[in-house]
Amino acid sequence: MTAPATSSRRLRFERLPLRRIILISLSIAIVYGVVAGSAATLRMGTFTAADWRSLVINGIARGSVYALIAIGYTLVYGILFMINFAHGEVFMSGAYTAFFVAVAFGRSGYLNAHPLVSIGAILIVSMVTSTLVAVILERVAYRPLRGAPRLVPLITAIGASFFLQYTFRGLYGAQARAYPTINVLQGTWTIFGVEILRTQVIVVVAAILLWIALFTFVAKTRTGRSMRAVGEDREIAALMGINVDRTIVATFAIGGALAGAAGILYVFLFNQVIFTMGFFPGIKAFTAAVLGGIGSVTGAAMGGLLLGVLEAVGPNLFLTGVGVPSPNQLQPVVAFGILVLVLIFLPGGFLGAPEEKRA
Amino acid sequence: MSHLLDLEGVSKRFGGVQAVDQVDFHADQGEIVGVIGPNGAGKTTLFNVVTGFYGPDSGKIRFDGNNLVGLKPNQITKVGIARTFQAVRLFGAMTVLENAMVGQHPRTRAGVFGALFHTSSTRSEEERVQAKAGAALDFFGDRLSPRLNSLASELAYADRRRLEIARAMATEPKLLLLDEPAAGMNPAEKDGLIELIGRLRDEKGYSIVLIEHDMPVISGVSDRVVALDYGKKIAEGTYEEVAANQQVIEAYLGKSATQGQT
Repeated sequence: MTAPATSSRRLRFERLPLRRIILISLSIAIVYGVVAGSAATLRMGTFTAADWRSLVINGIARGSVYALIAIGYTLVYGILFMINFAHGEVFMSGAYTAFFVAVAFGRSGYLNAHPLVSIGAILIVSMVTSTLVAVILERVAYRPLRGAPRLVPLITAIGASFFLQYTFRGLYGAQARAYPTINVLQGTWTIFGVEILRTQVIVVVAAILLWIALFTFVAKTRTGRSMRAVGEDREIAALMGINVDRTIVATFAIGGALAGAAGILYVFLFNQVIFTMGFFPGIKAFTAAVLGGIGSVTGAAMGGLLLGVLEAVGPNLFLTGVGVPSPNQLQPVVAFGILVLVLIFLPGGFLGAPEEKRA
Repeated sequence: MSHLLDLEGVSKRFGGVQAVDQVDFHADQGEIVGVIGPNGAGKTTLFNVVTGFYGPDSGKIRFDGNNLVGLKPNQITKVGIARTFQAVRLFGAMTVLENAMVGQHPRTRAGVFGALFHTSSTRSEEERVQAKAGAALDFFGDRLSPRLNSLASELAYADRRRLEIARAMATEPKLLLLDEPAAGMNPAEKDGLIELIGRLRDEKGYSIVLIEHDMPVISGVSDRVVALDYGKKIAEGTYEEVAANQQVIEAYLGKSATQGQT
């Protein structure tokens, strides 16, 4: 609104636009810090081109895992407008349960005698477990609260998250457990003249395949159509004969299955399970989903990759030059710094629809 | 003869407002029934009760041998009732074809597993769904069929209304409930609508109940007219009978106006 013409000539007494001043100085400081830090790092020449390349590949690999988890957040949000903060634990449950299958295979020697069958079995156990956990979570923790204010299921989700973590801790103990080694996954492959860890190649390829499968599913199938219909207008969807409850269960199940697959890919990269392993990947995947625009499947995938790369490259690139010791330990700072910045400057994410259009 | 849709003593109350009050209402096979009444007379509430958005507080609703009270909206669609809305409510982020395909949902069964393993039954069902959705769109001549892959939100207003009807047709209903289909249309479009409603009955065999404020449309299509006021049925009969009914005139013009005339 423009003020009446007369008032502009009179003495005006306005509050400082503090918020805007703070935001602008903040963004200038960040840009300056990033540019100066990067320049300093590059001038030092600590890292060779090969180092950067392997950091980027590392980032893409873990980013693929974030992307798969992020899809679970974004699907549920797209349909129920709630953040399933227990999704990280859905991811953990699958990988942790499959661990016991892997150990059994490893002891009997079957794991390295028939690696493909074993990996397939481990993957299926993980996906099924995560799917079941996600579906039970929906039925027990979220469906009874469907009509409640938004804050209520959010708090329940956090409660469910702790419940799952400490259930696994109670059952299997607090220590980290190493996954048995699978020989075929060790070593490197040379692709376009670049040596890449086999696990990283497999993780990225598997994530791409799963993403394509999901995209086709949502775009082309009857269940996918009903998911989109329920997300857009639940009442009309019901009027078109769609069973809304069943569609919501299907959404949780698909998110859970992808989280279960992500759990195994994560284990390929990091080789261990522990009851808290869902926390950081979960919250980083949430960041990725927000970064890409929550509610958007493509956005979640892009956000996951971007976050993975920024997290792997960022600390070394921005912080080494300014003399921060062991910058890799500050990866979470970069990840959550990005979350804060996205929420401040781009709350809709890259591909998200504006909030008012969806409500 | 039993009626296709039969409401007996249906009531619905919202807090202090008796939105629908002891209404008896029926529609027969192949009949077009017009529902009129001033704003707030309970017409849309009546539709909402029939389609299961809310259950009635009391009364019976029977349709084609089924008891509708207690059924969910998706189950009611399945037994053969489809509706459109006063304010068009399409899936704006889906294409024209997809909107109509969603309408086919209750007539299909493919689940997650069929989709994952791409079974032949799922594939042939998907083809059938596309064909039927396409046929529903073809009913509107060249208005919708050339725009299959446009987003529903990109259509012109009148075409969005048409698409909403096409989507309802795709559910393969026996009874079609139209809530103010003429709203926002110009006179030429209203004439087209009158013709369309006639064709829906004659070519598709639907029974139709429509809520409408536009009297030319009501008189142009209705076999029978029912008037509601304050949730009660105040008149029923041919258009001429209802239009001449003293209570109906009072409801629309107010009591004082009619007294002033005499």
